[in-house]
Amino acid sequence: MSESVAQGHETAETLHGFPVVNSLGQKVLLVDRASYVQVLKKLADDSFDMCVDLTAVDYLLMPNRTVAAGITPERYELVVNLLSMTRRERLRVRVQVPESDATMPSLFDLHPGTEAMEREVFDMFGITFEGHPDMTRILMPEDWDGHPLRKDYEVGRIPVQFKGAPA
Amino acid sequence: MTVLDDPSFASAGTDEGGQELRSRSELTAKELLREAGAVLRMSESEAAALADVQQDIGEDQSMIINMGPQHPSTHGVLRLMLELQGETVLRCKPIIGYLHTGMEKTAEQLTFMQGGTNVTRMDYLSPLNNELVFSLAVEKLLGIDGDIPERAVWMRMLLSELNRMSSHILFLATNGMDIGAISMMLYGWREREEVLRFFQKVTGLRMNHNFIRPGGLAADLPPGWRDDVLDILEILPARLDEYDTLMTGQPIWRERLQGVGVITAREAVALGATGPILRSTGVPWDLRRDIPYLRYDELEFDVVVGSYGDAYDRYAIRLNEVRESMRIVYQILDKMPKGDYRIQDKKVTPPPRARIDESMEALIHHFKIFTEGFKVPEGEVYVAIESPRGEIGCYIASDGSSKPYRMHMRAPSFVNIQSMPHMMRGSLVADAVAVISSVDPVLGEVDR
Repeated sequence: MSESVAQGHETAETLHGFPVVNSLGQKVLLVDRASYVQVLKKLADDSFDMCVDLTAVDYLLMPNRTVAAGITPERYELVVNLLSMTRRERLRVRVQVPESDATMPSLFDLHPGTEAMEREVFDMFGITFEGHPDMTRILMPEDWDGHPLRKDYEVGRIPVQFKGAPA
Repeated sequence: MTVLDDPSFASAGTDEGGQELRSRSELTAKELLREAGAVLRMSESEAAALADVQQDIGEDQSMIINMGPQHPSTHGVLRLMLELQGETVLRCKPIIGYLHTGMEKTAEQLTFMQGGTNVTRMDYLSPLNNELVFSLAVEKLLGIDGDIPERAVWMRMLLSELNRMSSHILFLATNGMDIGAISMMLYGWREREEVLRFFQKVTGLRMNHNFIRPGGLAADLPPGWRDDVLDILEILPARLDEYDTLMTGQPIWRERLQGVGVITAREAVALGATGPILRSTGVPWDLRRDIPYLRYDELEFDVVVGSYGDAYDRYAIRLNEVRESMRIVYQILDKMPKGDYRIQDKKVTPPPRARIDESMEALIHHFKIFTEGFKVPEGEVYVAIESPRGEIGCYIASDGSSKPYRMHMRAPSFVNIQSMPHMMRGSLVADAVAVISSVDPVLGEVDR
């Protein structure tokens, strides 16, 4: 796990004051948490008005990765895929989310379609979204312990039960 | 002790606690309005002005009922909680997760080589499209996306389009069944079988093929494939016309679907809905045309759009998309190039079977590629294609090993299902069935 998770070459390009990196030919905007909603609002006005996907990655096992110059990598990364139908372009927004304070502001009021996606990220990674109307688990049962897609969550196996087998 | 003896297991039952639809008395008026207004991108006062958002209904006038998870019209295990006032649906909340098997976690345990077997089981009605998007993402990470042989690219398009046809035909069948045209169900399954028979001949399996793989395909098309495809293309037009007679022009069918489950373009975009749902609102958005992948830019086809955004439009779009796909398949038959069906890159391609018998190196290579897999450089990538249900996307983050560090599928059904509460608000319970059916969710993909 060496350095260049930076994913591609860095360019001097910026968008709304944040660096844009090229990840295998795809545009990625690296935003900080404080300006996240504000930048997404600006992007929505700038025709990136469809939030196609919102997910997260737990980089627990890749502590030494580099994201881009001037950005401290954190354990979690939120990945938001935006689409501009007028420009026929995609833009990916990535936000570093620290382990000590795994919360993000919700995008619900800007993109209501993120409702289920944010719940899924909460369910799978334990990142909470402030201002989300219904911050509950979505795929796992309500009383489940832990967040399955975290890297420190064991794959685990349920012992196979055979009817009438000697214990 | 077995799982069943565990007291917490018994008490859990089917109660999903906080995930369930909360009753009106637990909500504030503000929360109720936010639920309705956010999608319309309205302020709360604007939302309140809407006639269909009634907030002054007393608890005793409304009731919450469960539809599913075992209701036949829910296409699997989708549970809807409906708040009703008489026959009218006031609110609705889909509760999902009954089919969740942690496929994204599983993907992290499988090599890139094995990943196809996993993703193909997500949207089980269009398995080849799942495999395709996964393969395209892996190829992009490997940097070989430009080197895939032409024949492999065209074969992928052929299979993808045939799969779109089989998926839409099954939609027509289940849509008919849900609305009450039971005979349509039999016809739909019959026609789908024609396509599946071809898939079985090509891939060996009717579903869950794992045929499209990183680097190309598992095998070449079998001898006589062209005649088989032509047979399907010959049978279908008359059958589709039969559906037209049975349903499209029929007054009962129209009454049942027209004006039901209406959604506007603005709402669809806000909700991230794609595919036939977005197109039914009149937005001509199809990734095959707008952000072309494979060689779709070399083909002639129309993007079918609706104008009212109702269940009838979504039905008509899917029916006509079968015809468009047939048009595409004819062109693919004309243009299918000769050549290799997979990339000859020793890194990702196993050696030919015959070589294994005579070459020790080939045997070792074969063994290594199937046990260890191939290493994929560090990076992250998002690739999206047009599946029958909308945009299916694959996000892969690789740490340089032979397994994905994280693989996420942007499942169209998972996102589209959110549009149901907005389509149902203010409609009748009986129309709820038509709405679910017209969204055409595949629960395997919703829950993953």
